[in-house]
Amino acid sequence: MAGAAVLGGLTTGWQVAEVVDAVDETPRVRTLVLSAPDWPGHRAGQHLDVRLTAPDGYQAQRSYSLSSAPGEPPAITVERLEDGEVSPFLVGELRPGDRLEVRGPIGGWFVWEPALGGPLLLVGGGSGIVPLMAMARLRAAAGSEVPARLLLSSRSWEDVIYRDELAALADGPRGLEVVHTLTRSQPAGWSGYARRVDEELLREVAWPAEANPQAFVCGPTAFVESIASGLVALGYPPERVKTERFGATG
Amino acid sequence: MSFFTRGFEGRRRDDAPEGRLPPGQYLTGGFPVLSAGPTPHTRLEEWTFAVEGGAEPVRWSWNEFRALPSETVTVDIHCVTRWSKLDTTWEGVSMDTLLAEVDHDASYVLAFCDGGYTTNLPLEDVTDAKAWIAHTYDGEPLDPEHGGPARLLVPHLYFWKSAKWVRGLRLLDDDEPGFWESNGYHLRGDPWREQRYWGD
Repeated sequence: MAGAAVLGGLTTGWQVAEVVDAVDETPRVRTLVLSAPDWPGHRAGQHLDVRLTAPDGYQAQRSYSLSSAPGEPPAITVERLEDGEVSPFLVGELRPGDRLEVRGPIGGWFVWEPALGGPLLLVGGGSGIVPLMAMARLRAAAGSEVPARLLLSSRSWEDVIYRDELAALADGPRGLEVVHTLTRSQPAGWSGYARRVDEELLREVAWPAEANPQAFVCGPTAFVESIASGLVALGYPPERVKTERFGATG
Repeated sequence: MSFFTRGFEGRRRDDAPEGRLPPGQYLTGGFPVLSAGPTPHTRLEEWTFAVEGGAEPVRWSWNEFRALPSETVTVDIHCVTRWSKLDTTWEGVSMDTLLAEVDHDASYVLAFCDGGYTTNLPLEDVTDAKAWIAHTYDGEPLDPEHGGPARLLVPHLYFWKSAKWVRGLRLLDDDEPGFWESNGYHLRGDPWREQRYWGD
């Protein structure tokens, strides 16, 4: 079998994984929990590669961020892109019991561990929350007391991925601080932010640069570009701003 | 019977000309952006391109660099995240032109960039009309998001090797992994051999 992904000396190639659970997060976003017998474990922020094969041998591959905490079975959360080749299948067709090939975990840069300290700033646009959620889940599972704040930009309240779990993670004195902004529509009585993340909003929400925060930013290209520049303008050293961008992939 | 995923048909590559799409890639019409951190904005007055590690260090200012002969090339590019884009048109200075100014016997280069990014390449992958320092894309000055004012262009390797915001080369006797190459990605990155990750 061609290829291998490496994690701390462990090596894995493509392996068959089974979908053990499919959770609809929003009307357009679904989480697939996978059972992969040879999964070597992953770090928060890494991704995996998916390979789908048609009966005639045609294949398509894509990369998806892992949403589960390290130590949990690998899970990916996928947004349906209407003109995509793979995401509509993963979100709309695949069901528990189905099998697909996976490879990973991949990537060693966009990764957070409690030992890296903080304060931690997570900024997500839409499904850019996915790798940040793995970090937030790890922080909770590890009982980390690193102060952590999540700024999540979604189109509407219905489009907020992991909405209930985020509320649960925010609970308690050392909970994750969660700040939502809803850019297109807001429920009645909404008193939170209701606009795209601009410089002023970022200044209000982001930890001050003097606290030496570590920032992770994930979302569409324009979003990431704007947030990363904004954080640098607020005094964040560029090397403390790690980014992951979603291009026009399907 | 070999493995397949129930219900998956996929979209056929009718739109990809024969022999142009490496294994595991799909075509895109857009120009997706990937990078590990904020986009640097270096003023042209402060920009230089340096070649270190030869008999003498060599350095060009932006104006000196732009006075060198440029070539226009139309090439296919392939990102390790699986998009490929055909027939992209760039203008840039051939690495042959730059390295002709340097006395050296190196076997590898490490490109270094604003923002701290590095990538490693065997010398033979950047000589003989295979690599350029590109300053123009599609007839326009290269946008900062896409690596402007200048990026490395090595189209026959995965596109992370075409380092954005490039500021120079370090000539080396031995291969030394760069940024992504230290983070799980392949040392060479030939898309036709699907050299995506360590061990491929």
